[in-house]
Amino acid sequence: MPSAPHAADFRPRPKSRARRISELVPLAVLLPTLITTGIYIFVFVIWNIYLSLTSSTLLPVYDFAGFDAYTRLWRNPRWTTGVWNLALFGLLYIGLTTLVGVVLAILMDQKVRGENLLRSIFLYPIAISFVVTGTTWQWILNPSTGLEAFVKQLGWQGFEMGLITSRETAIYAVVIAAVWHAAGFVMVMVLAALRGVERDLVKAGQIDGAPMLRIYRRIVLPAIWPVLISVLIILLQFAIKTFDLVLALTHGGPGISTTFPAIFVYDRLFAAGELAQGAAAAVWMLIGLVVVFLPVLALNWALKRRKGGAA
Amino acid sequence: MTVADTHIPDLTRRKPRSAGQIAGRVALYAVLLVMAGFVLMPLAVIALNSVRVNEDILRESFIGWPTRLTLENWGTAWSTACINASCTGVKPYFWASMLMVVPATVISTAVGLLNGFALTKWRMPCADVIFVCITIGVFLPPQVVLLPWAIALSWLGLAKSLTGLALVHIIQGTCFTTLFCRNYMINLPDDLIRAAQIDGAGFFRTFWRIVLPLSPPIIIVTVIWQFTFIWNEFLFAVTFSSSDFRPITAALMSLNADDTGVSEYGFGSAAVLIAAIPPLVIYFLGGRYFVRGLTQGAVK
Repeated sequence: MPSAPHAADFRPRPKSRARRISELVPLAVLLPTLITTGIYIFVFVIWNIYLSLTSSTLLPVYDFAGFDAYTRLWRNPRWTTGVWNLALFGLLYIGLTTLVGVVLAILMDQKVRGENLLRSIFLYPIAISFVVTGTTWQWILNPSTGLEAFVKQLGWQGFEMGLITSRETAIYAVVIAAVWHAAGFVMVMVLAALRGVERDLVKAGQIDGAPMLRIYRRIVLPAIWPVLISVLIILLQFAIKTFDLVLALTHGGPGISTTFPAIFVYDRLFAAGELAQGAAAAVWMLIGLVVVFLPVLALNWALKRRKGGAA
Repeated sequence: MTVADTHIPDLTRRKPRSAGQIAGRVALYAVLLVMAGFVLMPLAVIALNSVRVNEDILRESFIGWPTRLTLENWGTAWSTACINASCTGVKPYFWASMLMVVPATVISTAVGLLNGFALTKWRMPCADVIFVCITIGVFLPPQVVLLPWAIALSWLGLAKSLTGLALVHIIQGTCFTTLFCRNYMINLPDDLIRAAQIDGAGFFRTFWRIVLPLSPPIIIVTVIWQFTFIWNEFLFAVTFSSSDFRPITAALMSLNADDTGVSEYGFGSAAVLIAAIPPLVIYFLGGRYFVRGLTQGAVK
């Protein structure tokens, strides 16, 4: 081990060749990731955009067909239904999951006994795949075997719950399964944030006789904003990628009533042999993600700025 | 609400509770228990069905208490159930998942640790730009790279193979692991690393001797996250694998979509549980770290 004096006269010496090489090591370590990630996020995305502008059907063709695939896309009811479903599902899924998660977190924050056990129970669905979630809920919501049969067997013969068998309501079955999957996750995130709220401030508010609702609005909510935004971003991600949950739960049906953009992309690429149209749909998914993300990121930035200004 | 003084004692815990407060506590626990019951219900239902006789399930309903116990469903699901007309049970698919998930998790975690260290503790030109690119990699919808991946894998001769699928997961997963490790390592004290450098330790020596011993928390979080994510992933799994040797999520979907008259809920439930067990085991073993990974990794 070199002692302190060594270290002192080690600094000013001109860089040796070995030392210069050693400075390149971190870059060399990062290089494979830089190359693969560069290919992944730039080359592949541009490649996909290019394919969406070609006349590719079963096999990729590298010509130029303009926005033909895009115009055909918006005339396809499978696509427009999917987009509409995603909008409805996304709104309900994000709204309900956040609502249930926040309410659960507030309840869990009341010095509850068995908190660890309850938290494990609420959170475990997030560790389970969408395929398993969808398959299980399909069995439970299936009218001839599941919940409906169970209630009928208990004696209520008139009970009907054709949630997943009706075109109008099947989408709500997807919402139920998806909220079941993610609500505990939101609860855990929000609970962690609530624990970070300054207790003294809350107590001071209580001593001053402020109603609980106002304490939550004025003290607690501002403190958990960043977490709520993270939650929003993650749920948006889940929503846009919705694919395997729906396939397992409703197979996109009845008919095409619960089809989603991600299902449409997969179907066009690997079943229908419409490569250009599938690629175009994927581009729209990317555009959708960016368009939805930008306001969230802007809001995040604005809140951070305000917080920074106040401090 | 009016006299502040009288409210101060209320805030200390030991006082006997009023009737209203007791009612509040009862309501609180009632709501929490009902919610916990709702969350547990699907798992409980399939766990019970996996030991019920299939005729009982069909005669009574999918939701019910086992009247006759059987372990046959588990055996059938594991080794003889027919999926895609090949009657091998979920066994080969389970091992296919393992064969792909374990290397993908180990490699992406190792690379992520090295990347995180290089990005935070060594002066790196345009580290911020690299960071932004990696974040984009995390958020990119997989659909937008699906077709290029499929074409690229067939060029590499890896189409419809577990190796190709693992490669996709390593490259995509490295974005996640690098992000996690970077967010963790940025908080490690710089002095320790500088001291090691002054002592003449190079990149790998500093990493091995200083950084790695400080990293078990983030290693556990990353491994749990990667294992669960890759095990549960479906889109890449079904696209980049052949139908006779594919990950269990894809096999389960085939089983699910197989509408051949009589529904085999008994072994179906067992098969679903077998697919859910590995991530659940990981979740319950590393629960604390799982939560920490969610709250820390995402918030930053």
